[in-house]
Amino acid sequence: MLKVNIHKVFPGITIDVSFEFGRGFLVLFGPSGSGKSTILNCISGLQQPDRGSISLNGKGFFSSSDKIAIPARSRRIGYVFQDYALFPHMTVKDNVMYGIPDRCKKGKGYRVGALDLMQMLKIEQLQDRYPGQLSGGEKQRVAVARALMVEPDLLLLDEPLSALDHTNRKNLQIELKQLQQAWNIPFVFVTHSRREMHMLADEIIFLERGKKQTYVFPAVRSSGLNLAY
Amino acid sequence: MLEPILLSLKVAVAAVAVDFFFGLGIARTMARKEFRGKNVVESLIILPMVLPPTVLGYGLLILLGKRGPIGRFLLETFDVQLVFTWWAAVIASAVVSFPLMYQSAKAAFAGVDVSLEAAARTLGAKELRIFLTITLPLAWPGILAGLVLSFARALGEFGATLMVAGNIPGKTQTIPLAIYFAVESGDTDAARNLVLVITLLSFAAVFWLNWWSRKKLHVWKKGDSSRAESEYP
Repeated sequence: MLKVNIHKVFPGITIDVSFEFGRGFLVLFGPSGSGKSTILNCISGLQQPDRGSISLNGKGFFSSSDKIAIPARSRRIGYVFQDYALFPHMTVKDNVMYGIPDRCKKGKGYRVGALDLMQMLKIEQLQDRYPGQLSGGEKQRVAVARALMVEPDLLLLDEPLSALDHTNRKNLQIELKQLQQAWNIPFVFVTHSRREMHMLADEIIFLERGKKQTYVFPAVRSSGLNLAY
Repeated sequence: MLEPILLSLKVAVAAVAVDFFFGLGIARTMARKEFRGKNVVESLIILPMVLPPTVLGYGLLILLGKRGPIGRFLLETFDVQLVFTWWAAVIASAVVSFPLMYQSAKAAFAGVDVSLEAAARTLGAKELRIFLTITLPLAWPGILAGLVLSFARALGEFGATLMVAGNIPGKTQTIPLAIYFAVESGDTDAARNLVLVITLLSFAAVFWLNWWSRKKLHVWKKGDSSRAESEYP
């Protein structure tokens, strides 16, 4: 269970959100500037709220009252950035394996898991290429593989499909949905596309100017969303 | 003939080592941190590049001389005198070439996308590992440019060196000093040979840098070179 209560003041906008989320696909929906990315950054630990608390499965990550702020590196939260943030000087394989502690790399080079994961995301044939040699869709798959390789307890995705063309985007939406079910960890997905929201969401939070507007509880899930399309 | 060349190389390498150590730390801090008076600090760091070397030499003499604060401390505590030793030449060269190292390194660090460091953080990497595996390799072309340029500048340092280290053959007489005093004493053959040597050395350093950064650029990115190019000075 992810419990979030964030209060953060910026010049011109105040973010004030609290929600709880258990499993499946949570979509944070709102126009740009509504605070979606800041919320992801606070959950991941890259930014700190001014006030509030954040916990995942009972582990406290941040609490302004108890003065806790666990650093991002210790939270085990995967993060797929909007521009993917792949390391341009490393091959796909090195990117994917960056999060594996060195002790696991000894022996055969990489764990079976890494190869399996690359196969699952259809990037195993790309493993010796550099990010500059990949298409947008391929970069996105590599970014997802890299984030999942650390076996996170939660995956955050910040508009990961916004740079892709229509066909690619549709395929990846389906794959992300399948991936979420296969890994069985909650995904928090930020988008400003209504269509994307409807395809992916189990739960939706609408954001406007840093505030939560309506909270649609599993309504979308029961409206017949499944993987068949 | 050989003595000034070897001494020059020794002094330049030591000066660049000093520049590298301080330049990296200060450039990294200045590229990412905002604080009051940053402009003043930055201007002071760049100042040696625009001041006449004689002004720097004078300043260093005041600081390092027997009656200067640093000079007296070193003399009284360790019985060490810096002025008119090859260490003074190293300090003079390091101060004069520092802005070149700093400028290149700072631009290189500023060119590294902060979201790459953020991504590494979410992947569980500690700050030192992020610096060594992400920031430093991506900034390396710029840092290397700084190294080469400050090496070439240190090799050619004349004014400040003469003032704090003097012109002691075999001890502090570097190539530029040897050229000046050879010309002055009418030994044009020696001067011409040394001029050729230092020109070749400097040209080789700069040429190698250009060749290397082109090659490196080619390996990384065949398709999309727009991003890599912006990381090169």
